[in-house]
Amino acid sequence: MESVYDALMARGMSRRDFFRFCTAMAATLGLPAQASAQVAQALQAKPRVPVIWRSFQECTCCSESLIRASHPLVADIILDLISLDYHEVLMAAAGHQAEGAARQTLEKYAGRYVLAVEGSIPTRDEAYCTIGGRSALDILREEAETAMAVIAYGNCASWGCVQSSRPNPTGASGIAKLLPGKTVIQVPGCPPIGEVMAALLVHLITFERPPELDVLGRPKAFYGKRVHDTCVRRAYFDAGLFAESFDDYGYRHGWCLYKLGCRGPSTYNACALVRWNGGVSYPIQSGHPCLGCAERGFWDQAPFYVQTVGAPAGAVGRNPDTVGTVAVGVAAAAAVAHAGATAVRSLVEARGGRPQPGGAGGARDEGKEG
Amino acid sequence: MAERIVVDPVTRIEGHLRIEAVVETGRVVDAYSSGTMVRGLELILPGRDPRDAWALAQRICGVCTTVHALTSIRAVEDALDIRVPPNANLVRNIMAAALMIHDHVVHFYHLHAMDWVDVLSALKADPAAASRLAQSISSWPRSSMGYFRDVQKRLADFAAGGQLGPFTNGYWGHPGYRLPPEANLMAVAHYLEALEWQKEIVKIHAVFGGKNPHPNYLVGGVPVSLDPNDPSAVNAERLAMVGSLIQQAQEVVDQLYVPDVLAIAGFYKDERWGGGLGNYLAYGDLPRTDIREPESYLLPRGAVLDRNLDEVHEVDPKDPEQVREYVTHSWYRYDDGDDKALHPFEGQTQFHHTGPRPPYRQLDTSGKYSWIKSPRWRDVPMEVGPLARLMVAYASGREDVRAVVDDALARLKLPREALFSTLGRTLARALETKLVAGWLGGFYRQLVANIKAGDLITVNHERWDPSSWPARAEGVGTTEAPRGALGHWIRIENGKIAHYQAVVPTTWNGSPRDAAGRRGAFEAAMLDNPVRVSDQPLEILRTIHSFDPCLACSVHVVDPAGSTHVRVRAF
Repeated sequence: MESVYDALMARGMSRRDFFRFCTAMAATLGLPAQASAQVAQALQAKPRVPVIWRSFQECTCCSESLIRASHPLVADIILDLISLDYHEVLMAAAGHQAEGAARQTLEKYAGRYVLAVEGSIPTRDEAYCTIGGRSALDILREEAETAMAVIAYGNCASWGCVQSSRPNPTGASGIAKLLPGKTVIQVPGCPPIGEVMAALLVHLITFERPPELDVLGRPKAFYGKRVHDTCVRRAYFDAGLFAESFDDYGYRHGWCLYKLGCRGPSTYNACALVRWNGGVSYPIQSGHPCLGCAERGFWDQAPFYVQTVGAPAGAVGRNPDTVGTVAVGVAAAAAVAHAGATAVRSLVEARGGRPQPGGAGGARDEGKEG
Repeated sequence: MAERIVVDPVTRIEGHLRIEAVVETGRVVDAYSSGTMVRGLELILPGRDPRDAWALAQRICGVCTTVHALTSIRAVEDALDIRVPPNANLVRNIMAAALMIHDHVVHFYHLHAMDWVDVLSALKADPAAASRLAQSISSWPRSSMGYFRDVQKRLADFAAGGQLGPFTNGYWGHPGYRLPPEANLMAVAHYLEALEWQKEIVKIHAVFGGKNPHPNYLVGGVPVSLDPNDPSAVNAERLAMVGSLIQQAQEVVDQLYVPDVLAIAGFYKDERWGGGLGNYLAYGDLPRTDIREPESYLLPRGAVLDRNLDEVHEVDPKDPEQVREYVTHSWYRYDDGDDKALHPFEGQTQFHHTGPRPPYRQLDTSGKYSWIKSPRWRDVPMEVGPLARLMVAYASGREDVRAVVDDALARLKLPREALFSTLGRTLARALETKLVAGWLGGFYRQLVANIKAGDLITVNHERWDPSSWPARAEGVGTTEAPRGALGHWIRIENGKIAHYQAVVPTTWNGSPRDAAGRRGAFEAAMLDNPVRVSDQPLEILRTIHSFDPCLACSVHVVDPAGSTHVRVRAF
């Protein structure tokens, strides 16, 4: 098999561009500068990693997001970085030839392929999602069994997303709880940011193991901070300047959207850092509060236009210094609350879960919770 | 002897579709279309704040990622009697038009082209001849011999590496492929170029909606502030970015997409099969003024029956006699019997799976066999989508549409009747994209002119507060999604959603038979298709893909009472 490097050279990339690419990838992954050499070395030596990409109960927004990635470009990902052997939306084959492609990979590359999953699994009745006459759960379990890594792309695969919200008619579940003992890398978001999806693949190819994960199985590089922490409107929050409605003076001048229901203070994602669509913008920047789409059970934390995390009462018009102190206090309280929640989950895992390989947490999702 | 051909999964579509076709002496004599996944979104909407509906409804589909939000917003605004400001109408049109262009181009190059283009044949092409071919059909700059040689080398190295990735197990070498190697090479090069471009045009959604997929919407307007001088608003710099993205999109459509479709169609133009129903429905969209003024739509509303382009029937989505759905052959049941048809305001969705348990080899098509319902218009099965829109516009006498359609037919030396085919559907999509790309430029110029004149209003906030709403209200939102007529029906009671139902394009096109045994558009369009190689039903894929199926949308679920009727099965 040719290496990723060979593939990139074959498509006309210069050696200089190759190293520039590796440096950019290392930076995207949040790795120290010297790691770019490691990325370069790995891509020069390793064959393209086969990827089986499964779609279950989903809307395809995750696949669409992946192909919006600018770093690396989508063609580089699906043609050069990986070998995308099964992907219902993009593959040429259909029917039994398509399923045959997945089977070939399963047999030929046992223990060496990546299973990427988009969509949740119905647990109430297998007939709610079948492919090739087989149930989603059957396919998931078989293909996860011998995978080198399993990725839950998007909120659906991570914890069920919209179809698992009240009253969850199909019993939709994230995949981790259906794969006991298996590390599942959770990349939540509805959808996740394309660059984040791509960077995770590069990490797996380079280091042959998942990046450092938090207790919910999310890569820390992208889910270690709240949207609020790096928000472009953060200064207005600290100054106590809030838009009160979508058409008022503050709204028009970029003030904080906290009072319009923004979930930025309780949402862990890289939106404000990486931004969307090649860094053009992200929801809060453009003028809509964060919906919290990377969080578990966020659909049931509606209504969306009502603030759910306590804002500093009557902050507008006060001395910004005072309000800033109050605001920081609130943010800190939210962080503590989150840490508390994750600590509880750790405890649950310690009691019932098995140790995870490589020190990486891996997701042990107890499914839809809210 | 008859043979049953099963294609499951149908790939290069959104969602999960299964086709079972009965083939006899190389022709399809009967066909069944089955959606094999259900999520239940419409059971989830009741009880929630109508102002949130767009966000949930948007997750019906991440491919046509914006139209469900827009349709939902329109339904709520119709129910609550909210008129949006002119700037909001323009921004919504810009986003919808950008989506349509994105969706159609991606559909052609990445989901459909491999039905017409033999990728591996491109390895045999002469790059110099490919260059001459490309230059003869368009002024697209990347068309030198060296460029095509590089693309060919990339493909050759890819194939030689032994890992064919997404091209594994394709029907390469199938006798149904007719393009010379040079045209195949040109198409492969454009596959890659379109893949890189598609991430650009959606930046328009990022500017106005914060992200793509799933940009943000707002009841009463759009969640953006317009101000040429404010660094945090959609200002002069942001508008310039949108302007250049529009210009780039127009170049891709005019110099890449339309010439490629015409060139490829030239090689297949004597294949006229796949026309199907010949009944076309469009709700219409892209209002110049307001969605409540259908006369201002750039894509007109109406229905055409039996391929008769001399008559257009009026369409009213609120009329209980017009849009109605059957579940006779769908895995749902109705309280008053499964042979009835219900208008969406009265619609029910109660899961009732009676099919074979997985793993299974064949469906029982004499009973229920799909998660898709069967909508009918005045009890007639209809096709929706780009061809339907163009036929309704053509029959309505729209000069701009007629000019584009007649010009393309003249270039291909084809009669108008040739449009009623698989190829016609693909051609119509390209021609529609050309029209929409032009209109997109107009919306943009109008928005800039409004801002220049000092109109910065984007939101009508009068009925934002639920206390201003009536105790009970009903509304319909309609759009033309890239795949066709889309409607959401909502009832609001005491500030909450009481009932919600969507009838989406692929429900129309992909529906199973109704109570009278009438086929939906997919099933009808497959009849009489040739199947040259029974293990490689390329022609069936070609016809199905010409509709651009989108299955996540079409598998339904609403329950008017908000109660669930779900069979629980532990495993």
